Amino acid sequence: MSLNNNILIKLNNAGYRHKNKWLVRDVSLIIEKGKIVTLIGPNGSGKSTIAKIALGIHKKIDGEVEKYTDKIGYVPQKISIDWTLPLRVHDFMLLTENIEDEAVNEALSSTGVINLKDKNLGNLSGGEFQRVLLARAISKKPELLVLDEPVQGVDFTGEIALYELIKKISDELNCGILLVSHDLHTVMSATDHVVCLNGHVCCSGSPIDVAKNNEYKALFGEKAAQILTRYEHNHDHVHTIDGDIKKN
Amino acid sequence: MLDDFFIRALVAGIGIAFVAGPLGCFVVWRRLSYFGDTLAHSALLGVTIAYSLEFNIAVSIFLISSVIALILIQLQKKTNLPSDALLGLLAHSSLAVGLVVIGFLTFIRFDIMGLLFGDILAVSKKDLVTIWVGGSLILLVLRLIWRPLFASTVNYELAEAEGLKPDRAKAVFTILLAAIIAISIKLVGVLLITGMLIIPTAMARNLSDNPQKMVFFSIIGGLLSVVIGLFSSLEFNTPSGPSIITAALALFIISLLKIKQTIKLKN
Repeated sequence: MSLNNNILIKLNNAGYRHKNKWLVRDVSLIIEKGKIVTLIGPNGSGKSTIAKIALGIHKKIDGEVEKYTDKIGYVPQKISIDWTLPLRVHDFMLLTENIEDEAVNEALSSTGVINLKDKNLGNLSGGEFQRVLLARAISKKPELLVLDEPVQGVDFTGEIALYELIKKISDELNCGILLVSHDLHTVMSATDHVVCLNGHVCCSGSPIDVAKNNEYKALFGEKAAQILTRYEHNHDHVHTIDGDIKKN
Repeated sequence: MLDDFFIRALVAGIGIAFVAGPLGCFVVWRRLSYFGDTLAHSALLGVTIAYSLEFNIAVSIFLISSVIALILIQLQKKTNLPSDALLGLLAHSSLAVGLVVIGFLTFIRFDIMGLLFGDILAVSKKDLVTIWVGGSLILLVLRLIWRPLFASTVNYELAEAEGLKPDRAKAVFTILLAAIIAISIKLVGVLLITGMLIIPTAMARNLSDNPQKMVFFSIIGGLLSVVIGLFSSLEFNTPSGPSIITAALALFIISLLKIKQTIKLKN
């Protein structure tokens, strides 16, 4: 096997069983520096489970995980924090590592929540909290980012901006990103590699390959396939609110 | 100076307050107050074993509490009973077994009230060494595991994912809890140690908006409780443990008044 030193993490036929039921099995994937790998699939298809296997949160797994980095930033899908613990955004930013104030400010600014730095974490809205979670993960300047539904609850314009930010981070820090999403629209434009899951790998490849795949169509329907392929052409017009079409 | 029993009790109490503050915060944050209670109840068994085998009391309590903690973890894995039922089972059965064993040891005179509620007269110079050396060690170890323990208290999966080894920190913390019970039993007593851990911390929660502040205020609260409690214990001839806890309760109530004021101000 040739040793590619761009590889950050490699899953070999990884699977996880809970109470004798397979949540996900036989997943192999590679995340390299500067590349974005996106996991898509319906609810319960094992997307988050794969993220947790890669991170080492699930330990009793089938197959194996080869990890070549320990600088990892994680945005979990759901996070329950016990509010008996008084915690400001600033304290939360330093949770797993001591980070210089400058880097903290920079990360909070990039996700648009620098004004919340001294606020209590319990008083944030869902979208604000999500932005703080993302800021915390990127402020560590990680080599590997694992983002599990990172923009849930964020407003629509914010969503697009955050996906652009994620793409920018992947370029600037040259870090690998494992992105979990059910939102096909926004994700696809930046993704290098898509893995379509449904308890196992249905299909994988570049976004356009996956979109053409029949298993993918069966899973998500024809409409979804159209969404993906639409990214491959450039619009020469825009739709105005009242239904008119304007040429660019 | 240390020849005076009251000064010894005071020095002991101050030492305990410094350790109880930070540990108490984690007990409250991690919702472990019944767990602490269970460890403390089992301490009585440790005392009886120490007496019957003529063994160091603090070490004996420490070992028994650690064993009880291990048994609890095993029971949680192997039975379908909820944690609170298991905690109750272990707490009361170890207390009962401890008292039964005391009944058999007729050749030794036990001051049962002193064991249950603390005794201001019981603190020896040797105990002071145990409290201050043991207490410093507890704080040192807590300092070392602070980040993983704190991060996993906020969110276990984040801590695990970013490589902080939260399970190890949790195991070490359990040992620290057994250790503080072992060093503070003589002054505070088996039944009230958990109060020493959580009441000043509860007061501190009312005054704090960040974790460092909460640790700081819970130490201050503990120190005040010890000093006020011990002086009133001397004055009114009441057992030391209940006096300290009553003082802590009074401080907690005062801190509630402060909350009311700030709420009014905000409106």
